[in-house]
Amino acid sequence: MNMSRLMRKLKPGKGAVIAVPFFWLLLFFLVPFFIVLKISFAEQDLAIPPFTSLLQVEDGVLQSLSLYFGNFHFIFTDGLYAATYLSSLKVAFFTTVMCLLLGYPIAYAIARADPARRNVLLMLVMLPFWTSFLLRVYAWMGLLNETGLINNFLMSIGLISEPLHLFHNDFSLYLVMVYAYLPFMILPLFSHLVKMDMRLLEAAADLGAGPIKAFLTITLPLSKNGIIAGSMMVFIPAVGEFVIPELVGGTDTLMIGKVLWNEFFDNNNWPMASAVAIIMVLMLIVPIALLHRYETRELEGKGNA
Amino acid sequence: MHNKLSPFLKGVLVVGFLFLYIPIVSLIVYSFNESKLVTVWGGFSTKWYVSLFNNEQIMSAVKLSIQIALASALAAVALGTIAGFVLARFKRFPGSTLFAGMMTAPMVMPEVITGLSMLLLFISLQQLIGVPSERGFITIWIGHTTLCMAYVAVVVRSRLLEIDQSLEDAAMDLGARPLKIFFVITLPLVSQAIASGFLLSMTLSLDDLVTTAFLSGPGSTTLPQVIFSKVRLGLNPEINALASITVLVVGVVVLLANYLMLNAQRNRDKAIAAAMRESGAHS
Repeated sequence: MNMSRLMRKLKPGKGAVIAVPFFWLLLFFLVPFFIVLKISFAEQDLAIPPFTSLLQVEDGVLQSLSLYFGNFHFIFTDGLYAATYLSSLKVAFFTTVMCLLLGYPIAYAIARADPARRNVLLMLVMLPFWTSFLLRVYAWMGLLNETGLINNFLMSIGLISEPLHLFHNDFSLYLVMVYAYLPFMILPLFSHLVKMDMRLLEAAADLGAGPIKAFLTITLPLSKNGIIAGSMMVFIPAVGEFVIPELVGGTDTLMIGKVLWNEFFDNNNWPMASAVAIIMVLMLIVPIALLHRYETRELEGKGNA
Repeated sequence: MHNKLSPFLKGVLVVGFLFLYIPIVSLIVYSFNESKLVTVWGGFSTKWYVSLFNNEQIMSAVKLSIQIALASALAAVALGTIAGFVLARFKRFPGSTLFAGMMTAPMVMPEVITGLSMLLLFISLQQLIGVPSERGFITIWIGHTTLCMAYVAVVVRSRLLEIDQSLEDAAMDLGARPLKIFFVITLPLVSQAIASGFLLSMTLSLDDLVTTAFLSGPGSTTLPQVIFSKVRLGLNPEINALASITVLVVGVVVLLANYLMLNAQRNRDKAIAAAMRESGAHS
């Protein structure tokens, strides 16, 4: 335990310091999941709020507890839900792979750039990330449209005679997903690659390893934690993405975030939306645990240095 | 050792940055388009900026969004700084794994889930204790604060792990009380991280659509909600104008913040070097 002396002296007040953020998160982040779980076993009802109560209480005595399994039964038997979950996982997976293939060389190039330039390059990566996500998605609508800038340009130089279908299909979905999530991949990769000891590569070169072999045997394994962290930062939110499939995806694009939104806002079926959310959380527990483990490892590595 | 980047890596950077910036540049260029058809050039005009500022729906949404963003960023910085401190300095305590997990999860959890779950919490609370009486500013503020505090905590934590704990130990040896040490030594050392956390929280809050959609009520429509309802119907030149202003503001703030931070870093390095020389001369 390398606890500083300050911390040892702080011990009596420690509980109070921890309690404030702890209870905030407990109340506003963790407890709500149990409420979602509860309501996923309720039935849609024409009431305010629009669902049945699980507990019938009379004179302070619990009369009955009724759990409705219909929502989950429907999700598991209706093929469309299964197809939608699978399709969301597929979209998130390929988005992650493409972000990694594109983001790794960018992160690597920034990490290897002259330190004076590195800051500027990093800021250039961050700048789009700081501007509105929604507006960046909107920007692609203007580029990909039938009468959009890409089609206009290609037609004006005579490369095509009629507009290409670039919009409202899988192409636009993946393109914009990769565009929106790329910074989340670059940043963790960069922070791992920049810490790497360059003498290892020099040693490898001295011992006769070619650049490709040195990369595969040294750089890649050393950036493993960054790859996992970055991939999870992209994959997890991508599974439940709503805005991108809604604005640039095809009408037949199946994404579970869109289904949840529609169940809630269009069908006013809160119990069904809750059941959809519960299954999504169950699917994401392993990736979140993975991200958490590699983050903690990173943290402890730094703490001992 | 500062080897020049190979042509391959240079090419990667060029392609990467073109990919990141072409959409943004095209947005800005076409915000000055006379034509209502956003992507067909009809001559230079600033009329969409005029009509943007005369659009009352957008302007009142901007006002509400800025108020929520300021309130959320303040709360997120307060809670996130404490949380970052706890994560960096206390390390192990009963419930520490749960605590760290609850800090990581909000950053990546799909927003349809967090939005729905928080809404259901507020509905349940309302049934139980009557508070919050309606959805609006307060519920959005709580939602945004919870999302943003995790980001602040991450930034503050990594800064705290970098700084030298011997400064805190030295202050202790000189008899300072823990609370005083926190405010006089620790807090100033992480002030840059707190400032970045504040800016990050502002932008996250200003930009949030999905969580807000679940938590807002009638009469509390934020800017992203207005933008979303408009762009769902197709391209809109006023939104291009709005986007250009956003890029300008964000660009200026980020450049300024970066400049100030580099300056502060340089001054601190100089001060430390001077102090080292002095202590060297005395011993």
